[in-house]
Amino acid sequence: MSAVIRVESLNKTFGRKQALFDLALSVEPGEMVALIGASGSGKSTLLRHVAGLACCDRSGGGSIQVLGREVQAAGRLNGEVRRLRADIGYIFQQFNLVGRLSVLQNVLLGCLGRMPRWRGTLGLFNAEEKQRALQALARVGLADLAQQRASTLSGGQQQRVAIARALCQRAKVILADEPIASLDPESARKVMQILADINREDGTTVVVTLHQVDYAMRYCQRAVALKAGRIHYDGAAAELHANFLNDLYGAELLDEPQSAEKPRRARKPKVPLALAKA
Amino acid sequence: MTTLTTAPTPDLIAKRSWLQLIGWGLFFVVLAWSWQGAEMNPLALIRDSSNMATFAADFFPPDFSDWELYLKEMIVTVQIALWGTVLAIVLAIPLGILCSENIVPWWVYQPIRRVMDACRSINEMVFAMLFVVAVGLGPFAGVLALFIGTTGVLAKLFAEAVEAIDPGPVEGVRATGASALQEVIYGVIPQVLPLWISYSLYRFESNVRSATVVGMVGAGGIGVILWEAIRGFQFAQTCALLIVIILVVSLLDIISQRLRKQFI
Repeated sequence: MSAVIRVESLNKTFGRKQALFDLALSVEPGEMVALIGASGSGKSTLLRHVAGLACCDRSGGGSIQVLGREVQAAGRLNGEVRRLRADIGYIFQQFNLVGRLSVLQNVLLGCLGRMPRWRGTLGLFNAEEKQRALQALARVGLADLAQQRASTLSGGQQQRVAIARALCQRAKVILADEPIASLDPESARKVMQILADINREDGTTVVVTLHQVDYAMRYCQRAVALKAGRIHYDGAAAELHANFLNDLYGAELLDEPQSAEKPRRARKPKVPLALAKA
Repeated sequence: MTTLTTAPTPDLIAKRSWLQLIGWGLFFVVLAWSWQGAEMNPLALIRDSSNMATFAADFFPPDFSDWELYLKEMIVTVQIALWGTVLAIVLAIPLGILCSENIVPWWVYQPIRRVMDACRSINEMVFAMLFVVAVGLGPFAGVLALFIGTTGVLAKLFAEAVEAIDPGPVEGVRATGASALQEVIYGVIPQVLPLWISYSLYRFESNVRSATVVGMVGAGGIGVILWEAIRGFQFAQTCALLIVIILVVSLLDIISQRLRKQFI
């Protein structure tokens, strides 16, 4: 079977600063891949492009295919990208749940891509879909919180709700953008364990960006390291060794002494909502 | 490292204070000029104070002999405000979203914003006079007048709330494969709903106040009787009408404040 994710010569420029250089990556079905690298190395940018949440450069931007279908090429999203996103679960660092909706409603949103548009728009979820959402919640251990408002949950619980949303979505690929960066160690361990279980039991392909290399070594077979927008290492996670990591993070820190202190949100490119484009 | 910002020189400080002086001078010139235009005459208040006292005395005691009519017309006034506001809310929801620059491209929000500006810039009284001609005397003209003005105001306020949302949840909904409309329904609206409710209640309060005057041009409600009482120099009845208006408007303010607290 062909690759689940295929990125070919991807280039992305923010203003005058190029974030990704001629990047090529291919992920096989059932893999669990860690994307590591220092802040600003381009790992989040890469992941956003794979889900079609960001658009590559117009000229020489390259292309991305997921599950054999094109997400974007040369700076243009595929017209069917919304249908394609239904197969791609995305986990955000800030969870991105709808705080005023209940936990169950948030998980049900995962069904939107797989049901008739009119029914989703009116919020008419049927019994089977509700059952699926409850099962997804049970799987992340939060079935008893189904009726609570999402904003009342702790960070770790919210992230598990977000994973339940991706499960309810029946995503074939899960992209997790620093899912544990804002969590305490215990919640982080739980979230990584759930992602690893989904990968092992359902055969779902998982790509997860991580700050902490020890988590990458513990939970992922393969690691891809980015440095300044280029792939610096691609191989077994177990073979990441100390010297290499010094090179990966150390040099970056010397180049840009402030980058480690800057708040993450400020560095992120502003996300326009422009619905008309996507 | 050399300092990039230099301290302001004495020259610059002197220049700034001159500019300030000129600015204040201009302000007072405009004030004096407007005194002429507005025919300001505070002396009249003192000179005619005995007149004013007689005039004020005519208001008391208030004449409530027709109170049943007043109450009936006041209820009609509130009904005008209610329908004018509800119709405006229904229209302002889509228009407000189409006015938000984080949701739609500029070639959508710019023209719609200009139309909303036009709705807002003309007072309800003017619209009321026009609609009295178009649909005839009566409350319906008042409803239409309030509806147009309020749509313009609410669309702007709704859009401002939408522009202040957190984009995260919207992206979360988008990532599930939702349609553009579903992104708005599940990602945007839950975030702005409390503010929208609060703005709508506030507009309802001000529309009750506006509805009391649209009647003066024949667009129904208590304003019609109020205008007749004033023109007929029946100040005891005018006083009673004003008291009815104050009581009802205050009552509605209190109720809507209570309601607003529930949603915020």
